[in-house]
Amino acid sequence: MGRRGVDRVVAAGAGLLLMAWTMAWAEPTPVADDALLPQQAQRYQALVNELRCLVCQNQSIADSNAPLAADLRDQVRSQILAGRTDAEITDYVTARYGDFVLYRPPFKPATWLLWLGPFALLLVGLGVAGVFVARRAHRTPAAAPDPERLRRLLDEESR
Amino acid sequence: MRLRYLLPVAALFALVLLFTYGLRHDPREVPSPLIGKPAPDFALRVLGTDEPYVRDQLLGRPLLVNFWASWCAGCQVEHPFLMELSRRGVEIVGIDYKDVDADGLRWLARHGNPYRSLVADPQGRAGLDWGVYGVPETFVLDAQGVIVHKHIGPLDEAAWQAHIAPLMAAGTPGAAGGRR
Amino acid sequence: MIPELGHFALLAALAVAVIQAVVPLAGVWRHQPRWMAVGASAAQAQFVLVLIAYLCLTWAFVERDWSVAYVAANAHSQLPLIYRISAVWGAHEGSMLLWVLMLTGWAAAVSVFSRSLPRDVRAQALAVLGALSIGFLLFILLTSNPFDRQFPVPADGRDLNPLLQDPGLVIHPPLLYMGYVGFSVAFAFALTALLSGRLDTAWARWTRPWTTSAWLFLTLGITLGSWWAYHELGWGGWWFWDPVENASFMPWLVGTALIHSLAVTEKRGLLKSWTVLLAILAFALSLLGTFLVRSGVLVSVHAFATDPARGVFILIFLAIVLGIAFLLYAWRAPRFVADGELQLFSREGLLLLNNVFLVIAAAAVLIGTLYPLVADAFGLGKISVGPPYFNAVFVPLTAPLALLVGLASAIGWKQVRGAELMRRIRGPLLFAALAALCLPWLLHRRTELAAVAGGFLGLWTLVMALEEPWRRLRLRGAAGLRQMPRALWGMSLAHLGLGLWVLGVTFVSLYSIERDVRLGPGQQAELASYRFELQTVAPYAGPNFDADRAVVAVSRGEQQVAELAPERRRYRAQGSVMTEAAVDHTPLRDLYVALAEPLDHGEWALRVYFKPMMRLVWFGGVLMALGGLLAASDRRYRLARVLQARSAVVTGAPA
Repeated sequence: MGRRGVDRVVAAGAGLLLMAWTMAWAEPTPVADDALLPQQAQRYQALVNELRCLVCQNQSIADSNAPLAADLRDQVRSQILAGRTDAEITDYVTARYGDFVLYRPPFKPATWLLWLGPFALLLVGLGVAGVFVARRAHRTPAAAPDPERLRRLLDEESR
Repeated sequence: MRLRYLLPVAALFALVLLFTYGLRHDPREVPSPLIGKPAPDFALRVLGTDEPYVRDQLLGRPLLVNFWASWCAGCQVEHPFLMELSRRGVEIVGIDYKDVDADGLRWLARHGNPYRSLVADPQGRAGLDWGVYGVPETFVLDAQGVIVHKHIGPLDEAAWQAHIAPLMAAGTPGAAGGRR
Repeated sequence: MIPELGHFALLAALAVAVIQAVVPLAGVWRHQPRWMAVGASAAQAQFVLVLIAYLCLTWAFVERDWSVAYVAANAHSQLPLIYRISAVWGAHEGSMLLWVLMLTGWAAAVSVFSRSLPRDVRAQALAVLGALSIGFLLFILLTSNPFDRQFPVPADGRDLNPLLQDPGLVIHPPLLYMGYVGFSVAFAFALTALLSGRLDTAWARWTRPWTTSAWLFLTLGITLGSWWAYHELGWGGWWFWDPVENASFMPWLVGTALIHSLAVTEKRGLLKSWTVLLAILAFALSLLGTFLVRSGVLVSVHAFATDPARGVFILIFLAIVLGIAFLLYAWRAPRFVADGELQLFSREGLLLLNNVFLVIAAAAVLIGTLYPLVADAFGLGKISVGPPYFNAVFVPLTAPLALLVGLASAIGWKQVRGAELMRRIRGPLLFAALAALCLPWLLHRRTELAAVAGGFLGLWTLVMALEEPWRRLRLRGAAGLRQMPRALWGMSLAHLGLGLWVLGVTFVSLYSIERDVRLGPGQQAELASYRFELQTVAPYAGPNFDADRAVVAVSRGEQQVAELAPERRRYRAQGSVMTEAAVDHTPLRDLYVALAEPLDHGEWALRVYFKPMMRLVWFGGVLMALGGLLAASDRRYRLARVLQARSAVVTGAPA
């Protein structure tokens, strides 16, 4: 790895740490869900738990004390009160911060592999296991006296 | 069919390649979705006054829009470089983010003022619309007010030369062209 | 002086590790029994040396030696003694030292408890462990020396990260590392099998207790980590799918698969090359986890202060170790093709399916964890993959597993007799289905389909775990239970734990309620038929922090249920703010209050949670670990049996 690359990463890391540190000084705006109806409160909780706080390491805006997270919680709450839908609210946030803020990545060509990969792998895995079993299902056991088998019988006895 | 026994090695090789890439990049840097789009609208006021300041006042020439605050340590780090840029004739609009006007003005009085215009965003509302997530952040706007680049963190000569200077030059036909 | 002694002990340990890695292998190659025997003494000597180094670092913490840079960065004069001792593993350098201590500890244990193994097997396994140790010792000495001095000496330390000042953290990392590192033994045995070409029932028997032991530590470590996050991070979450958590969960999933495939290999002589691959993979994922946590390629809430140079070192080390292991596998594994019969509807058939699901689940976690990096590398943009993704993908991938668990324990090896199987599962199936239908309504007056499904899977697993002991009790009375081997008890207990865990996860995910409320003293908030009244908020001073402590009275109807005292602490050295949540719990529900931030007019923002069956999640984890303990200590694996197994080596010559 290039020396410059290392320097840049270290510098960027230090800068961000510094930033995070400075941000900690500003007192967060408190949010309470008093004003929301029960169903709105549920939507609020669901939304703030799925949006990522950008200044934090890896936390949702629900879990973060950062002022920006508090601002976004405020936005979510006031937009719910203003009658916006969940989709409109997430659009509002991604228009400003990009897909990075979504803990639930949208389904699009760039994430096909992410969403479908595990299930495709499962199909492959089950297929391979199926072939393996099919090949072995009716194999006749070795004709010669098999010490392993003998011991196995003893084992089963001891169970 | 012995090839399948090589699958683990192949997977390892791919992973090592991926991580070699990963070690060279900072996962925390988030690109702005606003690049290539017109700068978001806002209606703020000039710092320390009630005089309105609106988005259209950013049009006409390429310039930098710098979000800063008196409480921000990173801003002190980059400040000397902004002073240097302003000496070189770069136009910078400073948006004082989530700050008290008096604090911001005092800070500028002490460290110098590199900004062409000073705008106050005490609630951070414009910051939210611009996708600011941690000051200092610097946006590069072309003459039409389109965001062409965003720099996150303290600006320095290296970042300036590598990314911003070429954009500023490209956006200014005959770089020394007169004021509008 | 003491830190220099520690540093020197590490250097000496490195020299011994080289001997441990080279001499026994040369002995196997040249048929020199005395060279082979060097491995055991080297492993023990190395453990003692690393232990000395570790104690030296602990001493520096206890004595508050701020001239040691690592100590100054992670302790403070006001830090209580217990946290000064646990601060040794509170950051990167010291936790690597703990890691190596564990590695040499496992190697020393192998040298002691494997006296009855064939000489060459023991020599090769210890040589592999020695080679691993070389890599980690070099890593510490070259990039992360905890004994580095600094001048000028600071007046005081910068204090331990307040998140880590918690009893849970005193034991969580050691347990977790015991698990991670413990898989190195299975890895070493796997390489031994590949090197010698001998992979038989006896091999599976040697490997099983070691694997199970590592697994039980990992299980406990993860469980405790979850418990700690729940209490210390302050937001009622118990699993965040953070990269660091995933890094420990992947080896756990693969380790679980390994435990089951080892059973098949031992009992039926099947799936040999697959078992070896899993043994390599479990440790590979442990190494991968170390890399992910310490290199900074991913953003995590618990990441260590990262340094790309360290990342480069671990990446190279990982590539060498795993490259050799996988190449060896590609070369030698084809010879392990077994020719036994395998029916799908037999215990081994279902265990094969279990392996498929577990490994794919691990792969899904890996995909989700690394996808942001992949997307970035291929220019697809920056994305985040978080809990909603993992929950959406992981649940359907693992739900069939819960069905299999109950089924597999009711089916015998080799072949199933349909009628007998039906007789065994009919009752449990009926009970689980009926109870699952009623439970959500009985507890919460609201029936959700997902709760019925999850409840069924949990109850089914739970009942089937008890079916075996119950059957024995019915057939042979108390004697039947007494004669039940520990390994079987272990399995029942672990599956019982899994059942409770599934039940807990289902209910806590579906019926939790949380509210952010604003309360002044004397004001109340309602949540799930409980009334939370904020009584007072008063400041107090801790040893190294200042706190506001609230008193919240919780009542239901006219009756007071609990008095909770959540705190908000500001640690003096770093000025950081921590929420200490307060929890009242019964097996069926947690009431959780966190003090968020002060508002105007003496009001406070509080978060209150109602979390049903939260305790079952951790209780289930602990039961699984206990099951592992029982299984690992089964008589069958002890010396007398190993001798018997040894004779099997002679007869079971490779095909």
